[in-house]
Amino acid sequence: MSEIVKFTIDGKECQGKKGQLIVDAAADNGVYIPVLCHMRDLIPAGSCRICTTKVNGRYMAACTTPVDEGTVVENDTPELLDIRKAIVEMLFVEGNHFCPSCEKSGNCDLQALGYKYQMMAPRFPYAFERRELEASTPKIFLEKNRCIFCKRCVRVIKDDQGRSVFAFKGRGKTLQINIDKKLAANLSDEMAKKAMDICPVGAILRKEVGFVEPIGTKKYDHKPIGSDLKNIYQ
Amino acid sequence: MAQKVTIEPVTRVEGHGKVTIHLDDNMNVAQTRLHIVEFRGFERFVQGRPYWEAPVLVQRLCGICPVSHHLAAAKALDVIVGAGTGHGLTPTGEKMRRLMHYGQMFQSHALHFFHLSSPDFLLGYDADPAIRNVIGVAINFPELATQGVLMRKYGQEIIALTAGKKIHGTGAIPGGINKNLTIAERDSLLHGAGPLNIDQMVAWADGALQFFKGYYMKNREFVDNFAYFPSNHLSLVRKDGALDLYHGVLRAVDTNGNKILNDVDYQDYFNYIEEDVKSWSYMKFPYLKHLGKEKGWYRVGPLARLNTADFIPTPMAQKEFEIFKAHTNGKPNNYCLHTHWARLIELLHSAEVIKDLLNDPDLQKDDLVVKGTKQKEGVGLIEAPRGTLFHHYRINDNDQIEMANLIVSTTNNNEPMNQSVNFVAKKMMNGQAQITEPMKNAVEIAIRAYDPCLSCATHALGKMPLDIKLYNATGEILDHFKS
Repeated sequence: MSEIVKFTIDGKECQGKKGQLIVDAAADNGVYIPVLCHMRDLIPAGSCRICTTKVNGRYMAACTTPVDEGTVVENDTPELLDIRKAIVEMLFVEGNHFCPSCEKSGNCDLQALGYKYQMMAPRFPYAFERRELEASTPKIFLEKNRCIFCKRCVRVIKDDQGRSVFAFKGRGKTLQINIDKKLAANLSDEMAKKAMDICPVGAILRKEVGFVEPIGTKKYDHKPIGSDLKNIYQ
Repeated sequence: MAQKVTIEPVTRVEGHGKVTIHLDDNMNVAQTRLHIVEFRGFERFVQGRPYWEAPVLVQRLCGICPVSHHLAAAKALDVIVGAGTGHGLTPTGEKMRRLMHYGQMFQSHALHFFHLSSPDFLLGYDADPAIRNVIGVAINFPELATQGVLMRKYGQEIIALTAGKKIHGTGAIPGGINKNLTIAERDSLLHGAGPLNIDQMVAWADGALQFFKGYYMKNREFVDNFAYFPSNHLSLVRKDGALDLYHGVLRAVDTNGNKILNDVDYQDYFNYIEEDVKSWSYMKFPYLKHLGKEKGWYRVGPLARLNTADFIPTPMAQKEFEIFKAHTNGKPNNYCLHTHWARLIELLHSAEVIKDLLNDPDLQKDDLVVKGTKQKEGVGLIEAPRGTLFHHYRINDNDQIEMANLIVSTTNNNEPMNQSVNFVAKKMMNGQAQITEPMKNAVEIAIRAYDPCLSCATHALGKMPLDIKLYNATGEILDHFKS
C-alpha cells in the first residue's frame, strides 16, 4: 500500500500518495492545474510546460514532479498565471491555428486555455511556419499546422504489435508530427476516434465526420476548462 | 474639357469599392464604373482543405448572410457525399436547413428594410444625413424601429437554434444537418415571450409591406423614375414554377418575360453561365453564354425572383405577388427601387414558410444525415437574400478540395449595379460642374437597392465617408469633396 503524504497547494492542505505526480494529486484534491501533454497513467512527457508551478520555491512541471511529505506547491499566483498565458500564446504563434473553421473548436484544450487566461492578442510574433497536410490515409486527416508536440498520440495510438502509428520527424524548428501510412491504413474506427479525442488541439481529424457534433454539446461550450476535474486528465 | 469624378470609398462594402464617373467636354457623363477593388481569395485558400470544412470556412466570406454560404457549400457537398440534391436529404435534414435559410432571409430582409432603407423612406432621401439613419428612425418612429430590431432578433434566434449560433454556425453538414429542433425550441419560436412569436412576425412583415406600398402611392413618380432599365432576370424556381429560396431549377427570363434559360439543372450551370474579367475590377461579370457578354447579363435578387417565379406558394404573399405583377401587367418589373417592394413580399413569404415549418413534426425526428456513393464534384445553388449564389467544388482522392468556384449574389448583380449607377449619373450629373450631396446620395441609393453588402448601401449611422474628386483631362483636381 502506497504511503500517504501531506502537502499543500496555495496553502490548502492536501493528501496524496508518495511519488504521485503533482497534477494528479492536485486533481484528486479538487485543485486544477492545467495540462496539455499530460494524461493520467501515461509516462510523463513534460513537453508543454503549461503545468508550470512552484514546488518548494522552484519552477517545476507539475506533470513530472512527484509529491512528497511537506511539499509546498504554488499554483494560482499572478506570476504563474502570466507564465501560463505566455506559454499558451507561444503555442498559438508557433503553429497556424485558425479556430473559426476548426472542427475541434469547443473541444480544443488550447483554445479553452486561451479563453481561461483571457488571451487577446499574442505578445510574440507569429512564426507562420509552413507545414504540409497529410491527407492520404483513409481515416485520419493530419493537420500539422495545429500540432503542439504534446506527443499524446505518439504515446497512446499503437497497433496490435505495440508500434506507434504517429511519430515525430525532424528536430528543432523543423520538428513535425508524422503518421505511418502503412499502420494508419489498418487503423480501426475506434482507434481513429481515440486519436482525435486525445489530441488536445485540432491536429488529428477523423475523415468524413466533421462538424457532426452540434454547437452547444461540446466540452467547453458551457463550462470553462478545469471545471470537470474527474475527466480533465482522461 | 473631359473630367473624371471618383467616389471613393463606396463605404461598408464588406471590403472596398469606388465609383468613377467620366464627363466629356460638354460635361455630360461619358462612362461610369463601379469598381470593386477588394480581393478575398477564398477560392484559392480553400484548396487543400478537407471538403467537410467548406461550409464552415467559406461562410466567413460574410458576416451578413453567412447562412447562405454555409448552405450553398453544404448543398454542393451533398452531391459529393452521394446524397444528391434537394429532396435527396431526409425530411428532417432538408426542413431544418429550410428553416435556417428562411430565418436568415427573414432577418436579412428585415435588416435591409428597417435599418438600411427605411431612413430614406421615413425621413426623406434629401434629409440631413445626421438624422437620416437608423437612430433618426428610432427617435422619430420608435414603434417601427422596435419592430425592425425584434424581427431581426427573431430571425437570428431561428439561425441559432438550427445552426448552433447566430453568426457562423455549423448546423449544415455534408448530407444533412447535425441537430433537430426540440419541442422546447420549437415552442419558443411558435409562442415566444412578448412579441417574439411567429404570428406577430407575420403581422409585422405584412405591416412593413403595407407601409412601403403607402409610401409608393405617395411617391410613385420618384420611385418609378429613379432607375429604370430593361434587363434579364435569373433565379432558382421550384420545378412547378413556384418561388423557392432554398432549392429548384435555374430559370432566366428576358425583359419581356420570355424564358431564356428554361428550368435547367444547376449542376450544369457552367454550360450556361460564363464570367467575364475586366481589368478595372476584381469582381467578375457573369453572363448567359448563349446570349454573349453584351446581351447576356442579368439581375438577381428579390426583383429578379418575383420576375422569374410563376407564383408564391403561401397565401398572403401570393396575394401581394398578384398586386405586384399587375403593376407591370404580368411582365417583368425593371424598376430598380421596386426591389424594396419585392423584398418585403419575400419577407412576408419567409414568415409564412417559417410558420408552416414550425408546425411540421418532421423537425423533431432523428434521421439527420444521408450518404451514398461519393462523387468528385458538386454544385450547390441557393437564393441568398441578395440573389442567386453558386458554390462549386471538386475534391481529390484524399478528400481535399482541389477546385472551388464561387459566384456570389453581388457578382451576379455586378453589371446591373453598373447600369444603375450609369443611369443615375446621367440623370443627375449631365451638364453639372459641381458635385452635390443629392448626386452622391443618388449613386449610393442606386447601389443600396441591390445589396447592402455593397454597402454604400449601409448608411446605418448616416455617415457616408465619400471621397469625390473631379479631374480635368490633364489630371488637375477641379473639385474635391470629402465627408
